[in-house]
Amino acid sequence: MAALESSRRVGTAVVSKLYPTRSHTGAAQGGIAAALANLEDDSWENHAYDTIKGGDFLVDQTAAEVLCREAVECIYDLEHMGLPFDRTADGRISQRRFGGHTKPNPIYDKNAAPGTEAAKPRIPVMRACHAADRTGHMILQTLYQQCIKQGVTFFDEFHMLDLIMVDGEARGIVAIEIATGQFHTFHAKSILLATGGFGRMFKVSSNAYALTGDGPAIAYRHGLPLEDLEFYQFHPTGIYRLGILLSEACRGDGGVMFNGKGERFMEKYAPNLKDLASRDVCSRSIYQEVRAGNGIGGKDYVYLDIRAETINKYKTSPTGETVDSAWVEKRLPDIIEFARTYLGVDPIREPMPIQPTAHYGMGGIPTDIHGRVIRDSHDTPVPGLYSAGESACVSVHGANRLGTNSLVDLVVFGRRSGRAMAEYAAGRKFEPLPPHPETPAKTMIDGLLSRSRTEPWVRIRDEMQTSMMDDCGVYRTEETLTRARDVLIKLKDRYRNLGVQDKGTVYNTGLLEVIELGCLLDIAQATVASALARQESRGGHSREDFPDRDDRQFFKHSLVYRDGENGTRMDYKDVDIITVEKDGRVTTKYPLEVRKY
Amino acid sequence: MLSQAELIDPQARTLTVRIKRYNPEVDEKPHWEEYKVEADGHDRVLDVIQKVKWEQDDTLSLRRSCAHGVCGSDAMRINGSNGLACKILVKNLRSDTLTLEPILGLPVLKDLIVDMKPFFDHYKSVMPFLVNDEQPPTAERLQSPAERARFDESTKCILCACCTTACPPFWGDRKYVGPAAIVNAHRFIFDSRDRGAAERLEILNDAEGVWRCRTVFNCTSACPRDIKVTQTISEVKRLLMTGNIDLDTAPSVVIGN
Repeated sequence: MAALESSRRVGTAVVSKLYPTRSHTGAAQGGIAAALANLEDDSWENHAYDTIKGGDFLVDQTAAEVLCREAVECIYDLEHMGLPFDRTADGRISQRRFGGHTKPNPIYDKNAAPGTEAAKPRIPVMRACHAADRTGHMILQTLYQQCIKQGVTFFDEFHMLDLIMVDGEARGIVAIEIATGQFHTFHAKSILLATGGFGRMFKVSSNAYALTGDGPAIAYRHGLPLEDLEFYQFHPTGIYRLGILLSEACRGDGGVMFNGKGERFMEKYAPNLKDLASRDVCSRSIYQEVRAGNGIGGKDYVYLDIRAETINKYKTSPTGETVDSAWVEKRLPDIIEFARTYLGVDPIREPMPIQPTAHYGMGGIPTDIHGRVIRDSHDTPVPGLYSAGESACVSVHGANRLGTNSLVDLVVFGRRSGRAMAEYAAGRKFEPLPPHPETPAKTMIDGLLSRSRTEPWVRIRDEMQTSMMDDCGVYRTEETLTRARDVLIKLKDRYRNLGVQDKGTVYNTGLLEVIELGCLLDIAQATVASALARQESRGGHSREDFPDRDDRQFFKHSLVYRDGENGTRMDYKDVDIITVEKDGRVTTKYPLEVRKY
Repeated sequence: MLSQAELIDPQARTLTVRIKRYNPEVDEKPHWEEYKVEADGHDRVLDVIQKVKWEQDDTLSLRRSCAHGVCGSDAMRINGSNGLACKILVKNLRSDTLTLEPILGLPVLKDLIVDMKPFFDHYKSVMPFLVNDEQPPTAERLQSPAERARFDESTKCILCACCTTACPPFWGDRKYVGPAAIVNAHRFIFDSRDRGAAERLEILNDAEGVWRCRTVFNCTSACPRDIKVTQTISEVKRLLMTGNIDLDTAPSVVIGN
């Protein structure tokens, strides 16, 4: 999106370690939210409120309003580019329900008897624009198509190794051409890091192998901070053991989760929205059920049931109407195929075994609402450097991202940062590069190639993934985090002695996997440090030793800096708040409230 | 209540994995190498290959990313048929020997990796993007569910190249645009919002266009997204013959499947 926008004005090239159509945006399934109000009343203000509440109030409010307001025109933009959204009967873009997306209940009565419709302050809303359960695929394809049409230059299968920083300014990157092993220096006036997430640091993950946090790790090594890394989202419905995502649209369209006793357990944890509570709430609920011995057969998973008979029994279809299997098949074709292929389960006839899966980093490289990377708690920008998408932290997701908002984030802030980086580049000449900017990257590669193989690198990866999953997962304590911190230090020591077996230059993918592991280890260390320092529970960060949200001490963003080889240094940054004047008094537009669903 | 997943015997077995290897820095021509791998029934073929790479021979090269059949990186010939290594499970293999080769018809760069450039060049040659210079409305363009359904099949393509590299006419003539490019042209030709059909049809009416298709159906059986590729190509052929671009109705003649 950023490349498309930037290329309208200045020469733009995309450097990617994958062919662009392989990017993980293509795996996003259920939808992209925008308050189009095609099927029922809605407003971008409702979307902004949900985003801020969903993020447990750690969301920068101006950014959230930008996100939700501009989402609407971005969706129309995508449609004009040809994105094949599903359609309503009258030909408009179809929308569906998703977790945490709500609007005020028009019949709300605070004196109503608990459990009745009138007792719910907010009710679900159909806001997620979709193309079956392949929305991300359609976005990725459409943007790539438009880039071809516009003549954007692509360097496919060039793996970024380093960022060239001079006097605090970004001036280029160093990449290795995977097909030849050659080093390339890209000299640029402005650079955007859109390298996606880092979910591969966890054992059970919905993320692609490629999601190793290259951009954030390289920025971090250059002394830039990473923001709010302790907030990592576990998606409640991953395929048991494999972690492959089963979209939240399953529940948006009426699917229900059950424990081993056949109970719809979300009624206990989120009496109003139930299965449509936000993701952190659902994931914790599954863990609680499993801990209480209520997993299926006492094991560590529960069921997700999308059978038409179940949807009808619980009256959970979005319109309240009766549905049949054909309707479910049409709405969720890929989900049904995943279950058939990887589980051997036909979800039309039986429930699917699921467990939470590491899914999305709310944190990342701190940026402002123009995508400019910032270097400190005073929002000082790094000239020439931008970031957007999961690698960035604007922050519109705060402590927990709402379903579909990742796609909204990448189109809205991709577009804004593309514009900003083009604007910056258009007014400038190339600043000189230092001599041999490729030297640090080359030294790293030469080291890996010259050392003999001490141990299989995957052993280090597996130990990191297990440690992060067990000790820095859905629930954390001082004890588990300290253990993870110590494990990571030892793993990094072993990592430094690693050598690779393949000494070749052509498609040496083993070498690149080791480099990716190095990025993950850095991000994992920074994550654990941020999680240790935050002595409260908020959104996706649940400290069992500090179970409550502590706004007095921790209503602030974390910034973690690298300090030496294994050290970290914490700093904090204020949450951006919008104030309004009401009856002559200044108050906050989105007052802090206890987060309940 | 036990799920079916638990009832299925995971069928742990020892596989003999034969991989066609080629390293241009060392080898004059490709050769076969054999590995023994302990595999679980739930394992994907991709997991088996990565066990070879991670535990036995790091010099083996392949592409992979999402590992669940949506990114299209790991297309290869698996026991003689094209498929995505991440979409085929060990329990579904009929024999204990697993034979892996790069897809055919594209230059092999190393081991299971082929040069995708000719494939993407063909894709780009059919104008795979919406063409419509009319001023759009402030909101979305309207499109009825039936109009949207008309090209749904061809929107599923992930550009993995399983179809094109399973196509005998393509093996014989690398200039042929191939099934994947035609699927992506179809995606726009039958989209009621598009205005570039005439230009695209001219490209596909060329000697290297749709008429190279001999209706072998290899493409349809190879497609990991279950796109009815041959039917898609036939719809373009029929449109060229009749000139009748009926966007509202599904084709009256259903070919194949």
